[in-house]
Amino acid sequence: MTESILLWAFALLTAPLFAGVIFKVKAFFGGRKGSPLLINYYTLIKLFKKGSVYSTSTTFIFKLGPMVSLGTAATALLFLPIAGQSPVLSFDGDVIFILYLLGLGRFFTIAAAMDTASPFEGMGAAREAYFPIICEASMFMILILFYRLTGDLNLAAYFSGAQPFGFWQTAGSPMLFIIIAFFIILLTENARVPVDDPATHLELTMIHEVMVLDHSGPDFGFIEMGAFLKMFFYASIVSRLILPFDLGHPALNLALFSLGALIVYVAVGVIESIMARYRMDLVPKFVLTSFALAFFATVITLEFIK
Amino acid sequence: MTIKFKTISNGEAIPIESIPHLPFDEFSTQAVEIITGGGKVVQFFAFQTDNTIRLIGVLRTDALLVATCDVPERYPALTTQCEPFHMFEREIAEQYGIIPEGHPWLKMVRYHPNCRGVDDAFGNDYNEDIPGNYDYYSVAGDEIHEVAVGPVHAGVIEPGHFRFNCIGERVLNLEIQLGYQHRGAEDLLLKADPKRLAFIAENIAGDTSVGHSLCHSQAMEALAGIQTDDGAKIIRTIGLELERIANHVGDLGALSGDVAFLPPANYCGRMRGDFLNMSLLLCGNRFGKGLVRPGGVRFPMNDDNRRDLTARVSELKPQVQHTIDLLFSTSSVHSRFEGCGTVSRSDAEKMGLVGPAGRACGLVYDVRRCFSTERYEYLHIPENAESTGDVYARAKVRADEVMQSIGIIEILLSRPAETEIIDVAEMVLAPNSFVVTLNEAWRGELSHCIITDAEGGILRYKVKDPSFHNWNGLSMSLRNTGISDFPLNNKSYNLSYCGFDL
Repeated sequence: MTESILLWAFALLTAPLFAGVIFKVKAFFGGRKGSPLLINYYTLIKLFKKGSVYSTSTTFIFKLGPMVSLGTAATALLFLPIAGQSPVLSFDGDVIFILYLLGLGRFFTIAAAMDTASPFEGMGAAREAYFPIICEASMFMILILFYRLTGDLNLAAYFSGAQPFGFWQTAGSPMLFIIIAFFIILLTENARVPVDDPATHLELTMIHEVMVLDHSGPDFGFIEMGAFLKMFFYASIVSRLILPFDLGHPALNLALFSLGALIVYVAVGVIESIMARYRMDLVPKFVLTSFALAFFATVITLEFIK
Repeated sequence: MTIKFKTISNGEAIPIESIPHLPFDEFSTQAVEIITGGGKVVQFFAFQTDNTIRLIGVLRTDALLVATCDVPERYPALTTQCEPFHMFEREIAEQYGIIPEGHPWLKMVRYHPNCRGVDDAFGNDYNEDIPGNYDYYSVAGDEIHEVAVGPVHAGVIEPGHFRFNCIGERVLNLEIQLGYQHRGAEDLLLKADPKRLAFIAENIAGDTSVGHSLCHSQAMEALAGIQTDDGAKIIRTIGLELERIANHVGDLGALSGDVAFLPPANYCGRMRGDFLNMSLLLCGNRFGKGLVRPGGVRFPMNDDNRRDLTARVSELKPQVQHTIDLLFSTSSVHSRFEGCGTVSRSDAEKMGLVGPAGRACGLVYDVRRCFSTERYEYLHIPENAESTGDVYARAKVRADEVMQSIGIIEILLSRPAETEIIDVAEMVLAPNSFVVTLNEAWRGELSHCIITDAEGGILRYKVKDPSFHNWNGLSMSLRNTGISDFPLNNKSYNLSYCGFDL
């Protein structure tokens, strides 16, 4: 249990560092030195030192948004088996609870955006509400597969110990589809290229960024931290799927897990460097690809097991 | 019908008496005739002489045509018969309070009172701010939403207000309101100390310094009867081409950045700086300010500079080519550029689009080829026309022009340019004269027009930036385009706010 809590603390502390890796990768491709690896910590410290400014037209919903989005992301991590250790909390059916916990965070971010009555934020909110619906479909498709493979409905059963390797043994190559599907979900949920462009300053093209334009100071810090944690959540899952080994020692497992997470973050950075983002009306097709992959993986695998 | 407009050449000073002064009806019929026959409006403005208001039209077909007429307080709008007059008639109404009756969209251009103190043509109260004081075009319906952007923008850019009528993500109409930077440049040019004129002219639009100072200098030289030597012409041409390259390269990078494709964005940002630094070497200013002056140039190009520039160009050329290849060979970039913000050729003709924006729609007009000045008559300027009229076409035209301009600079640098640095203190302008100058600035046809009075003072100074034509092109591009593609379209034009606002 202590180890689980320590790993949870590890996740909270290192999530901004991993996110900094993306900047470095993008800088490398752009022929620049780039910002320091610890840039996200500096940003967070800077934001927490500041005061928040609130528009007079907003209500308590606006202030609630950042807290809820950080809270839900941190809570979701409590249920995630990090580096193969059993998670801090777990119960049967927690996967569905976690999905909607993250959904709750998104709901409040959207509500806070709508609360400002800014046309930009309304547009962002509409986009943010639309794309994850498709993600949800593919998430459930993946869950159906995992449930049929393990008979359990909790994250601990899927990702702790040597279980991810069990997926590979029973499902085999369709797991590649699942990894790609998860990766697409990761890109969509975390507003990365080719779905969204986290680096743009153009409100009209933003999805996630535009919703949080009116937040400032510590509130914005909460949102940033929440985003780092959410990214870490998805990256951990992919990390366990691509390196599904149990090395027998917690420290070795943590190192292997970190390596996996690093690979995921570098991959995100590489994708952002080598391709342009999709036109807004093509994004749903891209996200739908993850559903198709998950669907086929499920069909192939389940047929195989029978 | 025989055309009574007088044919003139670019940068030729002629006495006002020699310009045909037609009755209004004849002027109007002839002007419409020329434009409907494929001509375009270069300049169309009002000026006051001996208590009468006259209109003067400079039109272009294969040649430049000019005529004047007396104008009544109200007249039937030419725009109803011929769209290219649209912006010009609005401008006349704003500047002189003369009302074109039946004008389909009689709206202020820059939001300022007219110069005669007569009743405002639009009924505006100029004590109030623009966005709050104007009834924008609106669309009604349950799913319609309106997005207001600006005048203060997220990036470090100039002010302008954009009003989008959208249905979901799709834009039905974009209305653009400028005028926030109206400094009264045309009036300033009349009132200022003659020694300051060149400085004012080159600061009309900071990214087109060489273009504006070139137009101004050619006009002043024509009126003062000064000839420039070949060396000065070479240096001016190099200056104008460097300005073109720097802006096009910068914008190609920005286009790449707008679709989140970072490597070309970074490379272009750096290379833009390299080209600006070549202007720095030429005249001590990265934007070419102070290079061109009436009579010639203020800085010679000695052989050391020439060799240095040649070396820099040959070093940069493959890098630029490589970056452009990278941008245009990336499929995800193609999918964003192609079919985005399409303007049809017939719309482009009606709006009178110029420069790369016009060439992207198949209008091959290029001042450098059609009305050559400086060294352009000795240089080959290809047509560069694309047919699709989308962001891809605009980007492609600009990328092609970058490589051609590099070629032009290489040719011009191959021979020494010896020039006499002249410092014309006081210029004596020909009285009662008229001159119009045109140059292909990086955004397109840029034109200055000067009319002098009986004492040789400037009676009217008219400036027309290419953005004056092209802003409506941007508006048209956005029709039925996703609102998230606005920044991309905007950058593909990258129009000037201050050049338009004057």
